[in-house]
Amino acid sequence: MIEIQHIFKDFGKFKVLKDINLSLNGGECVALIGPNGSGKTTLIKTVLGMVVPSSGIIKFDGENIQNKYSYRKEIGYMPQIGQYPENMSIGQVLDMMKDIRKMPEDQLDLDLYHAFNLPALLDKRMGTLSGGTRQKVSACLAFLFNPKALILDEPTAGLDPLSSEILKNKIQKVMNENKLIIISSHVLSDLDDLVSQIIYLQEGKLMFHKSLQQLKIDTGTDKLSKAIAQVMSVPNQTK
Amino acid sequence: MNKIIRYVFVDLLRNKTIIFYTLLLFALSVSVFSMEDNYEKGLVSLLNIVLFVVPLVSIVFSSIYLYNSAEFICLLVSQPLKRGNIWLSIFAGLAGTLCLSFFIGVGIPTLLYAFSSSGLILVGCGLLLSVIFVSIALWTSVLIRDKSKGIGLAILLWLYFGLLFDALVLFMLFQFSDYPIENFMVGLSMFNPIDVCRILILLQLDLSAMMGYTGAIFRDFFGNALGMSITIAVLFLWAIIPLWLSVRYFKKKDL
Repeated sequence: MIEIQHIFKDFGKFKVLKDINLSLNGGECVALIGPNGSGKTTLIKTVLGMVVPSSGIIKFDGENIQNKYSYRKEIGYMPQIGQYPENMSIGQVLDMMKDIRKMPEDQLDLDLYHAFNLPALLDKRMGTLSGGTRQKVSACLAFLFNPKALILDEPTAGLDPLSSEILKNKIQKVMNENKLIIISSHVLSDLDDLVSQIIYLQEGKLMFHKSLQQLKIDTGTDKLSKAIAQVMSVPNQTK
Repeated sequence: MNKIIRYVFVDLLRNKTIIFYTLLLFALSVSVFSMEDNYEKGLVSLLNIVLFVVPLVSIVFSSIYLYNSAEFICLLVSQPLKRGNIWLSIFAGLAGTLCLSFFIGVGIPTLLYAFSSSGLILVGCGLLLSVIFVSIALWTSVLIRDKSKGIGLAILLWLYFGLLFDALVLFMLFQFSDYPIENFMVGLSMFNPIDVCRILILLQLDLSAMMGYTGAIFRDFFGNALGMSITIAVLFLWAIIPLWLSVRYFKKKDL
């Protein structure tokens, strides 16, 4: 579904992404892992067209996304830090998004909307919300339009245990619908029972892209967190 | 595209600064017109206020608004929307609101008290200046990421167009007073939209007699249809070029 070919990105002298090549398909749940500043968010933003790569091609469903915008209809994006206009209420933000996406009301996926009890908060202004409630709004918006691909950047950061469990259940449910899910997270214990594949980035380079089972076999461990800890401590082992 | 314009527009109409700006302009124009018995005198007093306040509010308010809605723009960019359309919609919303404020604040009193060609030109110039300075603000705020630097530059640009440019022109006039530079001065004035507007309106008011030989040259140029159309074209270019540059940059910007 998403093809990333030879992507480079630099901010001035600082090279953030160096020759990333990836091929991701529907039905996969991919974990994007790497130390802070390894280029995870930048990679996600290039797929969304928010950051324009210095060179390289990204294809969504076989089409080059450069200067295109309609492909974003098929992507639900949950940002790391949800930034919304401060003086709009939750209800207004939701209405605006529905207005932009033009999806009939009966096709909307309202599971998270109800599970997070957002109807009770519709009148609250975005500026007054706590970090966790913002994350709930972001999550709800990402799933709302039944997208083919979901990109979740640190989805569980800031959510309380109950809410993050709701979100995890939702992700598992959606996985069975042949959608592509990309999760970037540092909470590896959350990922263990969700993801099928691991992408490991370090200093803007793709270190490996393999299935979770393969990674566990290669490192001889039974937990993702242990496997990653081993990879991080011996960075050249899997090169 | 229309939706985003509507959101920006509704958001701006509730903005306290815009309401205050409208009321301020309205109070100023009504009081100026009721103080002067001759409407032409009123127009001249109003002209100086308009040429001072409108560019200042347009450029500074637009810059602040753009920096404050960075999140909103970020959110829109991740949606299935064309980047160019997002930027143009924000421009349309900002320019539309500021023009509306100006029209309510200055346009309506002028049409009521001083319905004349000079009055109409004053209103037209004010509307154009609003659009021009919104367009300049769009360009500077897309280039500069840092909020305080961006707003600082907006104020500097206003100072330049409002005061420094005239000082430079005066300096040159005195330095080269022995040479025939009148035609050159006409060309030079095109580099400042505020000056163009000032000349346009003053020439309508029979005050050009006070401006000596240069005034005569100006009258000669701005007075005929060709000069007039060139001037208006220049003013439109002042609105379009910064906007076009900002759209071009925004399409490639990393958010």
